[in-house]
Amino acid sequence: MSPVPVALPLPALSLRGLSVAYRTDAVLWNVTWNSPPAGLVAIVGPNGAGKSTLLKAALGLIPRLAGEVRFFGAPLAAVRRRVGYLPQRAAVEWDFPATALDVAAMGRYPRAGWFRPLPRAEREAALAALAEVGMQDVAHRPIGELSGGQQQRVLLARTLAQEPDLFLMDEPFAGVDAATEEAIVGVLQRLAAAGRCVIAVHHDLSTVPRAFDHALLLNREVIASGPAATLLSPENLARAYGRRMSA
Amino acid sequence: MWEALTFQAGHNAAVVAAGCIAFGLAAGAVGCFVLLRGRALIADAAAHATLPGVAGAFLLGLALGLDPRALPWLLAGGGLTASLAVLAANALARGGRVKDDAAIAVALSVSFGLGAVLLSVVQALPVGGQAGLSGLLLGRAAGMAEADAWTMAAVALVALAVLGALLRPLSALLFDPLQASLAGLPVKALDVALLGLMLLVVLAGLPAVGLVLVVALLIVPAAAARLLTARLPAMAALSAGFGAGSAHLGVAISAAAPGAPTGAVIVLVAVAVFALALLASPRRGLVAALRRRAALLAAARAAAR
Repeated sequence: MSPVPVALPLPALSLRGLSVAYRTDAVLWNVTWNSPPAGLVAIVGPNGAGKSTLLKAALGLIPRLAGEVRFFGAPLAAVRRRVGYLPQRAAVEWDFPATALDVAAMGRYPRAGWFRPLPRAEREAALAALAEVGMQDVAHRPIGELSGGQQQRVLLARTLAQEPDLFLMDEPFAGVDAATEEAIVGVLQRLAAAGRCVIAVHHDLSTVPRAFDHALLLNREVIASGPAATLLSPENLARAYGRRMSA
Repeated sequence: MWEALTFQAGHNAAVVAAGCIAFGLAAGAVGCFVLLRGRALIADAAAHATLPGVAGAFLLGLALGLDPRALPWLLAGGGLTASLAVLAANALARGGRVKDDAAIAVALSVSFGLGAVLLSVVQALPVGGQAGLSGLLLGRAAGMAEADAWTMAAVALVALAVLGALLRPLSALLFDPLQASLAGLPVKALDVALLGLMLLVVLAGLPAVGLVLVVALLIVPAAAARLLTARLPAMAALSAGFGAGSAHLGVAISAAAPGAPTGAVIVLVAVAVFALALLASPRRGLVAALRRRAALLAAARAAAR
């Protein structure tokens, strides 16, 4: 009896031989890695390891030297709406005249169409995304008047409003206080439980085993990849950071 | 002055007023987006870089036996060199060896220097009509004919139609260009469209306001509007209104004070509007800030007691 063929779920993000350089300096070298199809994934590594670069190059926001990128087995252009990106907070223009709700609503435009006012149902969806990150009370406040943690959550609401299956997040916890971090971790864990894949560039090694399912240890090249609980062994960390560290 | 404000100072005055108002409307609306895209300096460089094109077109027209004073011909030349200057500034900055503002300053000074030299050549020529050229430096709104006013109205209509259609894609681009491109928006085309509108306004404003001051009507009403509102559609509408209103009042004032250059008076009115907004804006104004500071100081002293 031949085995019954099983359709294995595709990796949410799949990289093959990805290399990226700024001018003449290679920042990522020959990265081959398959993310799990769902769950919380941390990308960790020292400063300058190419963590943010990996996300941006995968999304085509910076040119790649070589390598192939697939999202759910397809090129980005074919699955744009299934892929959400949370940029670093400093990467957007906070003096822009908009309210928190306006920003969350930008996550709905790709669905609703760019050339007409947002229908009521889409507006409700944007409000719901704000509520999910606890920002419904500041929905009508100008974004320039929000605190850093609130701004980070509003950006997250925009990404949630897009309802993607894969979330790529560039340092979602940078510069936020403990309460905001806890709120964001809660949202991410709900997403993972709902079968989504969240890949986040992360700095705080101590929270990785607790908050994440998987981890990718990166230093220009892939150092190690696997379950978050066991990956950050002293040996692996020494190979990534070049000295003894403990998570 | 009241007669000028109510369009009762004669046909010519009404034509000038209508043309300038239409121009102020277009400049204010487009300027809102130019300001938010961080292109104020680029707009200034583009305006100054029209000079070599205008003077060059005059010389070329003369050599070819055309009428070198024809305005469309001169503006076509100005548009060409302005575009070249913007491209050159972009190319310089993209290499990363020169910072944006330095690259723009280089493009501006090279083109304006070249323009000044060409203008001196033109002025040394034994032909008439050079006066029209130096009129483009500071503008001669009073010389506006009915056809020019209609052109201004068309420019305003095009600007408002394009901005209205692209409001949401542009707002995504202005807030977060990377996200806009990830969402599948053609961000380069949007940027080119915005640059195109900016050039259109600059060229339309040359005869009335002149190339030195035209950037003021793109930027000053928008900056005033930003102080008073925190929503993009409201800011664009307010900015267009300030542009049109400044033009209207400026034309009326300069009608009451003959000899004052209309374009410069319009700019001064716009600056006065900006100064008022800076003082009195409820959220961002100086008076509000002083009040909040005084309240804080009083509270701190009361707490220390």
